Amino acid sequence: MVGSVQDYAVLSASSIANLFSRRLYWSDIAMQADRIGVGSLPIVILTGFFTGGVLALQSASTLAQFGATAITGQLVSFSMIKELGPVLTSLMVSGRNASGMASELGSMMVTEQIDAMRALGTDPIKKLVTPRVVATIFMLFFLTIVSDAVGIAGGASVSILMLGQDGSQYFHTAYQSLVFADILQGLVKPVFFGFIIATIGCFYGMNTRGGTQGVGRSTTQAVVYSSVLIIAVDFVISRLMIGIFGR
Amino acid sequence: MATETLAAAVPVPGDQEPVVIFDDVSIGFDGKPVLKNISFRVAVGETRILLGPAGVGKSVLLKLANGLFRPDSGRITVFGQEVSSMPEGDLFGLRSRIGMVFQESALFDSLTVRDNVAFRLMEDKVPESEINDRVAEALRFVELEHTMQMFPAQLSGGMRRRVAIARAIVAKPDLLLYDSPTGGLDPITSTTIVELVVKERDLYHTSSLLVTHRLQDAYTLATHTFNKAENHMERSPGDKTNLYTSFLMLREGELVFDGSTHELVTSDDPFIKEYLT
Repeated sequence: MVGSVQDYAVLSASSIANLFSRRLYWSDIAMQADRIGVGSLPIVILTGFFTGGVLALQSASTLAQFGATAITGQLVSFSMIKELGPVLTSLMVSGRNASGMASELGSMMVTEQIDAMRALGTDPIKKLVTPRVVATIFMLFFLTIVSDAVGIAGGASVSILMLGQDGSQYFHTAYQSLVFADILQGLVKPVFFGFIIATIGCFYGMNTRGGTQGVGRSTTQAVVYSSVLIIAVDFVISRLMIGIFGR
Repeated sequence: MATETLAAAVPVPGDQEPVVIFDDVSIGFDGKPVLKNISFRVAVGETRILLGPAGVGKSVLLKLANGLFRPDSGRITVFGQEVSSMPEGDLFGLRSRIGMVFQESALFDSLTVRDNVAFRLMEDKVPESEINDRVAEALRFVELEHTMQMFPAQLSGGMRRRVAIARAIVAKPDLLLYDSPTGGLDPITSTTIVELVVKERDLYHTSSLLVTHRLQDAYTLATHTFNKAENHMERSPGDKTNLYTSFLMLREGELVFDGSTHELVTSDDPFIKEYLT
């Protein structure tokens, strides 16, 4: 366990340190950004839209008891931007890409392709891990913004079309209630979550042993550990942000 | 077997420092010793064939030579540099002088044959036109020029092994490491692969360390030469054996033989006798 944490720390540190090396694989970063970012767009849009929608639906019925349905927009935007947007987007991207990274690198590991890469004089961390880390952090940041926007739009659709609320009131409360600290909190989280997704996925991939069964095990572990770590780190960041900004 | 020797027609300086030196090297995994106190040398221009039953640590030894594993004790020197204690970052530079053929080819399955062979050249940022020429030359050497745009999954096992050889030689390395290049192949395809190893040895005289458990392939390497004019491998004139091809044998992680073909076939060691029969 201690050895694994140590190995994970070394891999993570190396992946970041490589950013300052002479050679960066820009084409690999672009390819991974396309695969992770553009490839995840449909599931992120769908998840964001329906999460915003169901949030409006559930909160409106509760708020109605207090005669406060007017702040449905505020509740949706607040929840989406600070919590649900970053966390749900990260969990979706984790399920799709941490597993993909672990299985791809794991297959390369068990078929000696990683060893072949080292034997050919190429650092696999530089060539395979760093581009995935950079691409995931970069794309998750923008995917979260998309998810937030689509979630608020989903909430608006439900509020206006199903609950008969006033559209301008919804958007007005949604916008007015937000302050800099909320936006910052919502945009800091995906940076950490992106790092977790890529490093955990790559770590389990690069440490795969035992053939196809090992690849399956690595894939499962990558998704499980990255998901748990995302939720745990979300708590830590939220607490820190509340401590710093008071909300 | 004839035991006369035939020197390859190439100057092999005997006073030069050996390309590879293993000095009392041991390694184990999960507390279980795999290689114990291994010491041997590979001289410039020499081909050393490492024999031994399956699971005896032959592939581990080859990976130690390339710095892919680190020994628990002992020193490994390649081109005068101690790889056993060298940081991984420095090893990448050293490995540019070493070509390695893996047991299951280890081709990058998401890249075409052309990109697999060109991988090292692309990493070294060699100009595109030169890459194309050198890849074509390497693939011509293994007679697979027509597969350039194919993916590894579209090739047979023997063809993949030949592409792996092309990838290993494309940068014209000073040392070649072959990890069971004929393992799992049928006899005819195996002969094709052995012919390529002989061709590489006799045309380019690259120092090499070849792992195999197939005695027949080892004998073929020792007793055959490549006829450049006829473009095929043939038995050495007068059934002579190649002077610069010699043998190592492993048994349960220990080196039990280090010597010439003649010494191997005349050995009194019961294990070697049993292995050879």
